[in-house]
Amino acid sequence: MTAHLRVDPIACSGHGLCAELFPEWIELDDWGYPILDRGPIPEELLQHARRAADACPKLALAIRADRER
Amino acid sequence: MTLPRLLAGVHADRPLALAEHLDVHGPLPRAGPELVDAVERAGLRGRGGASFPTALKLRGVARRNGPRAILVNAAEGDPMSAKDRVLLQSAPHLVLDGAMAAAAAVGARSVVIAVPEDAAAARAALQRAIGERPANRRLRVTAVPVAYLAGEESALIACLNGGPLKPTVVPPRPAERGLHRRPTLVQNPETLAHLALIARHGPDWFREAGTRAQPGSALVTVTGAVRRPRVLEVACGAPLASVLGGGPEPLRAVLVGGCHGVWIPGEAIASTTLDDIGLSLHGGVLGAGIVVALGRSACPAQELARTIGWLAEQSAGQCGPCRNGLPALADLLAAMVAGRAPRDAHRRLDRWGGDLPGRGACHLPDGAVRFLASGVRVFAAELAAHERHGPCPDCHRYPTLSLSGAQRRAAA
Repeated sequence: MTAHLRVDPIACSGHGLCAELFPEWIELDDWGYPILDRGPIPEELLQHARRAADACPKLALAIRADRER
Repeated sequence: MTLPRLLAGVHADRPLALAEHLDVHGPLPRAGPELVDAVERAGLRGRGGASFPTALKLRGVARRNGPRAILVNAAEGDPMSAKDRVLLQSAPHLVLDGAMAAAAAVGARSVVIAVPEDAAAARAALQRAIGERPANRRLRVTAVPVAYLAGEESALIACLNGGPLKPTVVPPRPAERGLHRRPTLVQNPETLAHLALIARHGPDWFREAGTRAQPGSALVTVTGAVRRPRVLEVACGAPLASVLGGGPEPLRAVLVGGCHGVWIPGEAIASTTLDDIGLSLHGGVLGAGIVVALGRSACPAQELARTIGWLAEQSAGQCGPCRNGLPALADLLAAMVAGRAPRDAHRRLDRWGGDLPGRGACHLPDGAVRFLASGVRVFAAELAAHERHGPCPDCHRYPTLSLSGAQRRAAA
């Protein structure tokens, strides 16, 4: 299994907490909306990913587990 | 190879009646699941813009359980496209045949045909054609708003389900949950018309036209600096120049793909073919076959700025990157054309061009960025001249890219 970050772009309102909590994977565009790294999240960073997803006030950020291709 | 296929025997002023349709095409054979294999062997791809393999889409719905639906997406949201309405008002029975054959192939029970409110002739032709056939309560024609996003399948489905005309987040895809929550096959009318002919004549016949990689024929809408706007049927891979005819003036460039398309510079027109491989050299696809000729007398910088402004207005405003990014791009372009661009204008263009795509619920911002990036590349000199000197004398000419639908009405 690998994990990826996914944002629901309609739900996201650009609070930007996610980028503060997980800057290794998330940066903000010029208007404060997240740009996600699309790659699989390494095991050692999963904890940060979870914290970022949990902190989203709009519940717009999620970790999606994909089967290894 | 004989063309036209889809437009065979059509009249300029009225649709083919059922008897005429049967004279031209013969009866539709009984279709079933085996049609999916025939469509796969034919290599048919969707003609709504995305060029997705039709057989894959058919399979995606056929393997679902429960009642399935067919949605014929004739919304034709790009104002520079007229081919779907022309097909419907000329050969409605061929599209109905395709919808029925697709329904039989995937096991769907209901068919909804969504036609824009301003395509009265297409709607009337469909209603009349339906009236000529045995009564079918599972077949319905419905009018949808005239809007760029009406052609976006998730927005169209949301609208038909009683919600606002706004894209929704996928998944679920329509094949999983679409019209009235049913697994739904969404197809463009032209795609279905091709499917109706594949059901009759088979995949080998279909491949007699077009290229090996992109078989068949395609409807194209040609507007702009041409003698007259029109819809015509060509073999995929036909020379771009063959659909332009001898226009009223020399061409500066040609836009292929409409508001989401790419620009072919004047010097490349003669060597460009109308198929995905030919257009990939310029970053484009044949898509919905929208061709707009831009004459020497037009101002390309103004056309870019105006079209990006229009696309920003078409946004549903749901996703941050689109809601913020498109107006910012539009303002920046307007400032560049007016000669008041900030010093870092091109850095902003590059950054936003890289940041915006792929982050919305739908592909509107992706297409807008593709259109703009291509224009900025092809018209670099013209844009630079505006940045330095402000508006040119041609900035105030009547625009070539017809976003009001005027040229589309002329073509239909």
